[in-house]
Amino acid sequence: MLSIKNLHASIDGKEILKGINLEIKEGEVHAIMGPNGSGKSTLAAVLAGRSEYDVTEGEIIYNGKNLLELEAEDRAREGVFLAFQYPVEIPGVSNINFLKTAIGEIRAYKGLEPIKAKDFLMMLKEKQELVEIDRALVRRSINEGFSGGEKKRNEIFQMAMLEPKLSILDETDSGLDIDALRIVANGVNKLKSEENATIIITHYQRLLDYIIPDFVHILHNGKIVKSGLKELALELEEKGYDFIKEEVEA
Amino acid sequence: METVIKTRTIKDKLIFEFENSKLFLFGSTQLRDNAMESFYKQGIPTRKHEEYKYTRVDLMLKGEFDFSTNKNCSDAQIQPLKFLKDAYVVVIENGVFVEGSSNVENLPKGLTVCSLVDAEKSNSPVFEKHYAQYADVKTDPFIALNTAMTKDGAFIHIAKNVIIEKPIHIIHISTTSVNTIIHPRNLIVIDENAQAKIIESFETISATAKTVSNALTEIVVDKNAIVDHYKIQDEKELGYLVNTTQVIQQRQSVFSTHTFTLSGSLVRNNLTVVLDDEHIESHLNGLYLTVGNQVVDNHTVVDHRKPNCNSNELYKGIIEGKSTATFNGKIFVRKDAQKTNAFQSNKNILLSLAGTINTKPQLEIYADDVKCSHGSTTGKLDEAKIFYLRARGIGLVNAKKLLMHAFASEVVNTIKIEALREYVEEKISKTFE
Repeated sequence: MLSIKNLHASIDGKEILKGINLEIKEGEVHAIMGPNGSGKSTLAAVLAGRSEYDVTEGEIIYNGKNLLELEAEDRAREGVFLAFQYPVEIPGVSNINFLKTAIGEIRAYKGLEPIKAKDFLMMLKEKQELVEIDRALVRRSINEGFSGGEKKRNEIFQMAMLEPKLSILDETDSGLDIDALRIVANGVNKLKSEENATIIITHYQRLLDYIIPDFVHILHNGKIVKSGLKELALELEEKGYDFIKEEVEA
Repeated sequence: METVIKTRTIKDKLIFEFENSKLFLFGSTQLRDNAMESFYKQGIPTRKHEEYKYTRVDLMLKGEFDFSTNKNCSDAQIQPLKFLKDAYVVVIENGVFVEGSSNVENLPKGLTVCSLVDAEKSNSPVFEKHYAQYADVKTDPFIALNTAMTKDGAFIHIAKNVIIEKPIHIIHISTTSVNTIIHPRNLIVIDENAQAKIIESFETISATAKTVSNALTEIVVDKNAIVDHYKIQDEKELGYLVNTTQVIQQRQSVFSTHTFTLSGSLVRNNLTVVLDDEHIESHLNGLYLTVGNQVVDNHTVVDHRKPNCNSNELYKGIIEGKSTATFNGKIFVRKDAQKTNAFQSNKNILLSLAGTINTKPQLEIYADDVKCSHGSTTGKLDEAKIFYLRARGIGLVNAKKLLMHAFASEVVNTIKIEALREYVEEKISKTFE
């Protein structure tokens, strides 16, 4: 589904990603862990199509398409979804209007009929229940006055509504208490299927207790320095990131 | 031998017209003569005039002008402008009340809606008490000119303790085929403890020439009265509008006014609200969307004369193309006006490099125990918000539209009449197309 080869990216002339290689297949969950500044969020931003980052080398092939040639909205329409680390507040745009517009454009892109109002409302209700988000929040403006946890939950709700093929969760666990973390993880697990894949970007191992990854990759200084199975996350938690640094620099 | 014909200036032409059409003008001779004299002293403002330096009203008055107020359009043409289905409607075409097109029959007890001409003819004591008492001819040449040269307009009176639930809609229409200057004038009096919602809309129908509309409305809000006032300015490319709104508020009254400028080559608003007693509340909201070469200028004055009053002002604008928007908001807090709360905010989004925004708050505070604040911002659409929307599959164009709507919604949501809010929202959507 996703094949990243020798990806180099920089911002304001400073190189952040220094040759990432990653293969992801349908149905898989990949965790990308790493210390602050290792390039985790840059990788997420480059995948989602943030224009501030310059890709200087390498390629990303997504379902046979050159992802880097697509605009951010076209990536979303092709099924790439980024759950933001810091979702923005947009006063004056209701969540419902926002989702209706997004689904409308995604369907138009795929050459599908517009969704019927009744079907949209049913879907809204069903997904609200699935990710356990308060109905009152959904009726408000996008993230306006939401707590940190409510914003993260809203990201997962949007993910449920847009039914992406590749979801990238950028530090979705940060700032969540354990109850909120369980609800968010539960939502993600319910949305998992054989056809879609998930990338979980995190600093800590805790989320991985609830969303079990198939593979764990450790990012350090813009490169994946170690890959393994879910046990790698536990080892990392126990020994701390210093052990990676020592290993790499040794 | 050559004959030298001196070109007459617009000022000369206005004075000539004033002398020639005296029989058709409205108001007492003394009032008009006094006003004309005041206009003569002040003249047409140029850019040297501090209050008009950003808005070249002198340029809009170049060329030949007619002063006719003939009726040109049919009821069928007017019908679509009656966008509030359930309202009392007053139609003022080219500055003159058109009874046949208005819907003012079966008025409830306590509501008077008629032309200024009829109000004067009927010797209405309310009319006599209030007409031309508030907009001072010495303060502005357009007030002077309107007072001298108006022919007609609407008179609305809501009697003491009466609540009028249906909106009252004054539709100003210009329908000219030669360049014309008109001076429509309205007087609205809301007596003690009465309530009303009043909408003034400014439109053009099948106009093929420039109309300069020098419109003036005086609003008297008596004790405990609650008034909701709206202006919808949508005169298209041939419309040039100078719109003076002069409001006086009495004790414990609440007045809210909303100015939506949707189109028009030049729109200059002079809005003055005088808080003439204690415990008064005033809200001034405005939204302007400017494109092309449009010029929109909002001058507002909030005059706190007595203690314990609150005023709140919010003006927002979206500026595109080579258009120019000006906001000049004055707040006076007089010596007696202790415990005043006066707030003002002006926020702009500039979408083009060629657009211009002039924003100027002016606070003059002579009392010492007051809370006043003002702020103005001018920015672009927020890139982080645009990216967030695009990351969900919404294209760039629609993402921007959504954000512009969101920006405007803070003002649009202050509209309390649902049908009007929907109408304005639809107009805004079309502007962003």
